[in-house]
Amino acid sequence: MPIKSYLALSISGRKEELMTALRNLHQCEVVPAKNQDVLALVTDTPNEKEDDILKEKIEALDSLKLLSLVSGFDTPHN
Amino acid sequence: MNKSATNRRSFIKKMAMMSAMTAASSMFPGILFANEQEKGIPEDANLDWKKGPCRFCGVGCGILVGTENGKAVAVKGDPNSSVNKGLLCVKGYHQIMCIQSKDRLTHALVKKNGSYVRTPINDALDLVASKMKETITNHGKDSVAMYTSGQSTIPEGYIASKLMKGAIGTNNLDCNARLCMASAVTGFLTSFGADEPMGCYEDIDHADYFVTWGNNMAEMHPVLFSRMLEQKALRGAKIIDFATRTTRSSTASDRSILFEPQTDLAVANAICYEIIKNGWVNRSFVEKHCSFSKGLTDMGYGLEDHYEFTDKPQKIDFEAYKEFLKDYSPELVAKYSKVSVRDIKYLASIYGDPNIKVVSYWCMGMNQHTRGTWINNLVYNIHLLTGKISQPGNGPFSLTGQPSACGTAREVGTFTHKLPHGVVTNQEDREMAARIWKVPVENIPSKPTYHATEMFRAVDRGDIKFIWVQATNPLVSLPKTSRYRPGMEKESCFVVVSDVFPTPTSDVADVILPASWHIEKGGLYGNSERRTQYWDKMVEGPGETTPDAWMFIEVAKRMGYGDLFPYSKENHVEEIFNEYRQFHEGAKHGMAPLEVLKKESGVIWPYVNGKSTQWRFNAKYDPACSNGEDFHFYGKPDGKAVIWQRPFEEAPEKPDQEYPFWLNTGRVIEHWHTGSMTRRIPVLHQAMPNAYVEFHPDDAKTLGIRNGENIKITSRRGSCNLPASINERGLPTKGQIFVPFFDENMLINDVTLDAFCPISKEPDYKKCAVKVEKA
Repeated sequence: MPIKSYLALSISGRKEELMTALRNLHQCEVVPAKNQDVLALVTDTPNEKEDDILKEKIEALDSLKLLSLVSGFDTPHN
Repeated sequence: MNKSATNRRSFIKKMAMMSAMTAASSMFPGILFANEQEKGIPEDANLDWKKGPCRFCGVGCGILVGTENGKAVAVKGDPNSSVNKGLLCVKGYHQIMCIQSKDRLTHALVKKNGSYVRTPINDALDLVASKMKETITNHGKDSVAMYTSGQSTIPEGYIASKLMKGAIGTNNLDCNARLCMASAVTGFLTSFGADEPMGCYEDIDHADYFVTWGNNMAEMHPVLFSRMLEQKALRGAKIIDFATRTTRSSTASDRSILFEPQTDLAVANAICYEIIKNGWVNRSFVEKHCSFSKGLTDMGYGLEDHYEFTDKPQKIDFEAYKEFLKDYSPELVAKYSKVSVRDIKYLASIYGDPNIKVVSYWCMGMNQHTRGTWINNLVYNIHLLTGKISQPGNGPFSLTGQPSACGTAREVGTFTHKLPHGVVTNQEDREMAARIWKVPVENIPSKPTYHATEMFRAVDRGDIKFIWVQATNPLVSLPKTSRYRPGMEKESCFVVVSDVFPTPTSDVADVILPASWHIEKGGLYGNSERRTQYWDKMVEGPGETTPDAWMFIEVAKRMGYGDLFPYSKENHVEEIFNEYRQFHEGAKHGMAPLEVLKKESGVIWPYVNGKSTQWRFNAKYDPACSNGEDFHFYGKPDGKAVIWQRPFEEAPEKPDQEYPFWLNTGRVIEHWHTGSMTRRIPVLHQAMPNAYVEFHPDDAKTLGIRNGENIKITSRRGSCNLPASINERGLPTKGQIFVPFFDENMLINDVTLDAFCPISKEPDYKKCAVKVEKA
């Protein structure tokens, strides 16, 4: 039941677009930096397989410049 | 059970988000995440938001604390605070998490037969008062001491001063601001005759250039640095980083200039040499508003016990000063400062251009310096020669490290030589204190006693037999703790520590008193820009935790001074502030009344006719100016600021064959000072779990040291083992290593040197000689 956190860097000037795209992915929570093209991202998926699929979807986003894993947690689901 | 699992999952997600934000703040200087806390708050939450200042650094960001059912559950930046405009750094967002720490001190502990015994707070205060009285009876009033903090609130500092100086009648009161701000104080007093910066943070919105002197603002003052970066992006303002180590601030600056430790003195003089040589002196400003002086040189470094020094200023003229500067041509200084002639001339040209507005910022790099007062004077010289001072966007500005180093330590005066107004050596100041405190003037001794380092030397010698340490952790933060820890462990001194969490200092205490954390009591702090900030008590503290001011009052009453401390438990903060405010009445330091402070997110003093004075000494903004000129440096009897002739002198200890490296110590963004709070905030602790020693990659290669390898650092005083860090957070110059001091398990201050500036008595934590070897 992975919960992972990332730093997502958008292509310059496309932070809003990246934020919207990530929020549309449902399993993502996003907090944008106020003064940099950086988003703090947390993903919450039921298993490793879905986690991999979600990561592929994120990495396919046009507005994403770089995705950097910060931390990973494994926790029982409710 | 489901609810518990959901809560746990939600908590882990929040931790994960905070980990990302913490990582971002260490990777991207000045990065800010606004409104983060609000996102985690359930929609149906009915939070009561209360304003206050942040608990950590001297920037003094305004915070709003969300409380629900008597518990603090969220923090966000106060959008009404002109300091941070709703923004907070990573420490600020997470601050309330520490108060839930499992090892919180909730009850008094008294050491009996080598073990701590939980004791009712009233019994513990009885014991403290009786021990203090007994010590005074047996050994005299100068055998007891109190060591307080730049984290003490204004009322706490005031009551400490009144108890020690007014009631007991000893000047054995000093504070940890001696370790961080004393050189700024003596710098201001010697140059201007009045403490604290003339400008304010609004300077950031006007300056064209920011020159940071030995100051890693991206990690230590991140909210201000983010405001500078914003001006860089908006207006093309430039940041010049002048330092001994490449840091996050350096990489975010327009230019990074590195210098050999201690040679900032020479470079500052070289800048003045260039300003004069190129005709960039603002002659009318200097002629009208400045005088020239020199002081004693070869003062020593305070390494021996009982060291004393008093400067003897002598007036000189401009020509003599110009002659003195001949030894500081860029060509001569470049030879030993390792700053190129080109870079020295570049720095001078920034200050010398009359069309460029410049603010100089500094903090510990200049203050923790064996010639700290001098380097403060020298940076003022640059601004005075060019007339770039006391105007929006133009001025020298010393930043503070603690939330109330200005408000409490400097303004209330919890130093041995200070009174709430003025100094103990001044008869009028003693008379004012005696009148307001309602004590005979003879009670207040006219001679200062122990500054911080000498106070702990006196404990070690056995001269001080009772010490009360409040809201600070000297056995991690003092230099040369290898001497002062065994000193505090001696049976000859009864040690009382009041704090929120156990620390290596409370470990040696005879009595530990459980203190309230700042939002568990009301109070006032004063930040770097002369801003006084009031807050109300927001939540109840656990167990028998008690506000420090109230513990002082209770002990004073038990010692028989009850009539001098007639405050009520419920309203003592207000009653004390209203009494204290009398000391600063008038246009030069008038403080806003409580009803204004309660409403506003901080108010800058001098507060005159309902208005703050943002730029002192400038007649356009400062109603205290009375000489009929544009500027009036009214802190000096002649109304003139002093340009000081101060030479370059070597550090007391330099690398040699046996100890070939400079050791520089400092802080990191994740932790605040000795880490007693931030190491109890899980996300910050996880982000930076332990200290380390930074090497230049070439030095690491020569020594065969790999990243993470355990290294022993040894000086003539002690040693410390830490993992190596190469090409990670910061990059020291070749021949230098850097160690942060937040980690109580890796006590780098066992290694540092207790040399200090002879004028300010502030120790130098930035320079001593060490050797390194694989552990």
